Amino acid sequence: MKRFSIPAFASSLALAALFLSGCSKEDEAVPATTGTVALEFDQMVGTAPLVLSTQTYTTTGGDQFRVSTFRQYISNIKLTRADGSQYTQPDSYHLLDAAVPESLEITLTDVPTGDYTGISFTIGVDSARNVSGAQKGALDPSNGMFWTWNSGYIYTKLEGYSPQAPKPAGVAEGGLTFHVGGFKTPSNAIRTVSPAFPSGTKLLVRADHSPEIHLKADILKMFAGTTPVRFSSLSFIMSAGPNAVLVANNYAQGMFTVDHIHAN
Amino acid sequence: MQRTLATPLAFGLAGLLAAGCHSTNGEEPLPVATVPGTTVPANFPSPVYAASTNQPDAATFALGRTLFYDPRLSRDASVSCGSCHQQAGAFAQIDHRLSHGVDDRLGTRNSPALQNLRWKSEFFWDGGPKNLETLPLAPLTNPLEMDETLPNLLAKLNGDPTYRQRFAAIYGPGPITSYQFLRALAQFTAALTSANSRYDKYVRGEAGGALTGPELRGKALLAQKCASCHATDLFTDETYRNNGLDASFQADSGRAHITGRAADLGRFKVPSLRNIARTAPYMHDGRFATLPEVLAHYDHGVLASATLDPALRPAAGPLGIRLTTAEQADLIAFLHTLTDEEFLHDPRLAEQ
Repeated sequence: MKRFSIPAFASSLALAALFLSGCSKEDEAVPATTGTVALEFDQMVGTAPLVLSTQTYTTTGGDQFRVSTFRQYISNIKLTRADGSQYTQPDSYHLLDAAVPESLEITLTDVPTGDYTGISFTIGVDSARNVSGAQKGALDPSNGMFWTWNSGYIYTKLEGYSPQAPKPAGVAEGGLTFHVGGFKTPSNAIRTVSPAFPSGTKLLVRADHSPEIHLKADILKMFAGTTPVRFSSLSFIMSAGPNAVLVANNYAQGMFTVDHIHAN
Repeated sequence: MQRTLATPLAFGLAGLLAAGCHSTNGEEPLPVATVPGTTVPANFPSPVYAASTNQPDAATFALGRTLFYDPRLSRDASVSCGSCHQQAGAFAQIDHRLSHGVDDRLGTRNSPALQNLRWKSEFFWDGGPKNLETLPLAPLTNPLEMDETLPNLLAKLNGDPTYRQRFAAIYGPGPITSYQFLRALAQFTAALTSANSRYDKYVRGEAGGALTGPELRGKALLAQKCASCHATDLFTDETYRNNGLDASFQADSGRAHITGRAADLGRFKVPSLRNIARTAPYMHDGRFATLPEVLAHYDHGVLASATLDPALRPAAGPLGIRLTTAEQADLIAFLHTLTDEEFLHDPRLAEQ
């Protein structure tokens, strides 16, 4: 729960703005004041919090499964004002890793004050960064989310076990490997979502308010939706292609919801 | 005649811009002579990976060279990048049909030559890797090649005081990161420019650029019969084509492995002809040992399949490219003029 103190932040703002102005394509004037916004992601399986490895869950279709790894890229976060104008976080790449609790909170530190009515972000990584060479931070290939043999990021990585997945004789569970990525048509698995704020709720960004948006990410949505997934017939995706697109289409439909907003 | 990849003014501007977006140590560009491949040959197109992308300097280039030749980058410290990419073979693997990795494992394809990589936007026989900087992650992690993980590799580098010191001198204090490792290695691979063959000197009108009668006849034949694929002075159009080696593709689907498209079955990257006299064996699986075998294939060995390249399907007559014995001899004479001894023996590119 790191917070920037407002005075310290404000004092560094001018300097930050100077640096950012060199990289941003936006020509907006530097706002008089800014605030911070925190995004907190609760990774869920249906209504249950995700617990790695030990907990068994059931898909909408009735398959049992456990999750050993769950990582997902969230990028290009935008906040939308009532008039349709937007704040876009610069260099906005984040890796949500179920094994790293601190990765599940993202702090936006230079948000212009105002009343925001919506949020949107990309599940995955834009096509340019898929082929841009060596990267740092969330996009560091050391994070194990980069396909080396066919350049591109894995946007969503779920690994685990299911008794319904194909398995050798005498073994209780087969493996689940869902590595979803791809940026070229027709295998483009980049999806942008705009989960709605609760009815009547606004995000009020002020110099002296640090609101928090609490989102839920429901893993079950990977396996439900347009094309339900049964592990007996699909348990292994390790490249871009129709199956990765299928899962991306599923999770683009309601995997992320805004649960509530703390005004703070 | 050569023009520099970027003027000093452009370097300065790029540095200013980069300073706002990325950390930089603010080093001045070093003299061109210390780093090979920093100029664009007059007979080459504009590069994909321009010098300003990763501004060459002597210390980083030398660090990249050390990494390239360091077998500790492989899982069991048995093979380096240089094991399968040997300078005397234009950084292909001499006399190996297939690449030779850790535990004497054999890969599935012939190691491609590493030359003029600045001009490529896609790499390998199938075009899977799409950036010079991230390309090495594939052989480093492939179980049949170097079989190492990136975290392990970084742990090894960080455990070596000499590497720590050399990286810190370039990128500043702190642990060695994958970004630093890949950028340093790319300074070496980007430097592998071959543009000083006798042919190059001929087209640039430089001293030492005389071609004989048979070589000139071979040059004209190549322009007439081969240049639709082996185009420009890079001698490749960088496309993927099925050149009729096989009628079915269970052994290696080629470009289709990357795209998943049936139309790409059996298609492979058109390789450059530069230094071809030194890069035997030939084709994606190294099936041909000599240039006469290669030309014999095009003359009478081309096999039909659904994805066979149209250039090998003449309107009339058999598949392939008809070449008389005399024409084959002239072509081979010309291909030898593409051998770049300066590149093959440049001491700056050799293991130190």
